[in-house]
Amino acid sequence: MIEVQNLAKDFGPIRAVDGVSFRVNRGDILGFLGPNGAGKSTTMKMLTGFLPPSGGTARVDGIDVRVDPVGVKRRIGYLPESSPSYPEMTVEEFLGFIAAVRFPGDADRQAGAVERALHLCFLPEVRRQPIETLSKGYRQRVGFAQAVLHDPPVLVLDEPTDGLDPNQKREVRRIIAGMAKDKAIILSTHILEEVEALCTRVIIIARGRVVCDETPASLCARHPEGRLDEVFRELTLGPAATAA
Amino acid sequence: MISAIFQREFAGYFRTPVAYVFLVVFLLAASGLGFFAGRFFESNTASLEPFFFFHPWLFLFLVPAVGMRLWAEERRGGTIELLFTLPLTPVQAVLGKFLAGWCFLALAIVLTFPLALTVAFLGSPDWGVIVGSYLGSVLLAGVCLAITSLMSALTKSQVIAFVLGVVVCFGFVLVGYSLFSDLLSSFLPVPVVSAIANFGFIPHYDTIMRGLVDLSSVVYFLSLTGFALFLNIVALER
Repeated sequence: MIEVQNLAKDFGPIRAVDGVSFRVNRGDILGFLGPNGAGKSTTMKMLTGFLPPSGGTARVDGIDVRVDPVGVKRRIGYLPESSPSYPEMTVEEFLGFIAAVRFPGDADRQAGAVERALHLCFLPEVRRQPIETLSKGYRQRVGFAQAVLHDPPVLVLDEPTDGLDPNQKREVRRIIAGMAKDKAIILSTHILEEVEALCTRVIIIARGRVVCDETPASLCARHPEGRLDEVFRELTLGPAATAA
Repeated sequence: MISAIFQREFAGYFRTPVAYVFLVVFLLAASGLGFFAGRFFESNTASLEPFFFFHPWLFLFLVPAVGMRLWAEERRGGTIELLFTLPLTPVQAVLGKFLAGWCFLALAIVLTFPLALTVAFLGSPDWGVIVGSYLGSVLLAGVCLAITSLMSALTKSQVIAFVLGVVVCFGFVLVGYSLFSDLLSSFLPVPVVSAIANFGFIPHYDTIMRGLVDLSSVVYFLSLTGFALFLNIVALER
């Protein structure tokens, strides 16, 4: 479903993403790990067509993001980092706007998609509240609802559980796992247990490069005691750091 | 898709106090200037000229106040990322937002209709001139809005967008202002001065305000608007 080839991004003299390649198939939940500033969000922004790549390309469903960005955007549901939304709109108005852009001129389909997304993300009780009055957990779910509204074959989620309490994290993971069967999902996270609990594959990215691409189980197996945090440390900082 | 953007943006003015504050300030300022500075009653003619005369000076400040949020707010709030990962092109997004702002300004201008009714009650005005003046005013608001929208796309800060919008609009007003032309003609040849003045808003606005809906003036406003919007799209595509 998703094919990323040699993707690169320069910000002035700084190369933020340096030749990242990977594939994600239907049914996969790919965990995107890496220290802050490693290039996770930038890679996601290029994949979703928000930032133009400096080199390489990304294909979704065979469509090249550089050739037909709108076609790619139609197939992707994207939750940007910190889940931005229009604070003065109510949940219902906001999702209605997204639906109007996703399904122009089809009022029935728009209404149906909004209802489905509201229920999927446990939002019906706050549907008439302005988003600015909602707690962080609810806002995150609104962002999530916006991403899954059109039932896309590909989901790109930038830190979907960031800032949530443990119960809410669990809830969001449950929603993601429930949708995984017929979608290709990429999610970035800082929480290593999340990867073990949820993902079928892990990519660790450091200084703009992919340093590892395997299953969570084989990643754990790299450490004698199966400690993922030690493996992460070693891969992102180099073996010298672990010795210290 | 343009209509989805348009509706969200247009309704957005009314979701916050922006719309109401703007409408009240605009209507007070527009009629206040017409009555007091323009000496509407003393002129003793059934014409809205003293009222429309001040619009370039008024729009200079008020239109950037409406347009400054268009893109700066999206950048600041991060929603620009949301907007540009939805399946729409920058052209659709820019047009949708611009048209929403323009319609809002047109609404504000049309809400001054009681003045026209007053003139009609007191005398027999030339309706052609009045309709022409309204058209000129809407065109002028459009070009100021397009310029502000461009400035707003260049920055995260609404304040900077506002200041840049005012400065550029002021430049365009000043260039066509007769006092400025007189100043220029003291050291530049007349054809050069009139060429420069032709880039300004006022000569074209005056033509339309006098009831001469001159094609070249309409084309001037529309093409300048279009050019600013084109730059706006380029600025967003980076």
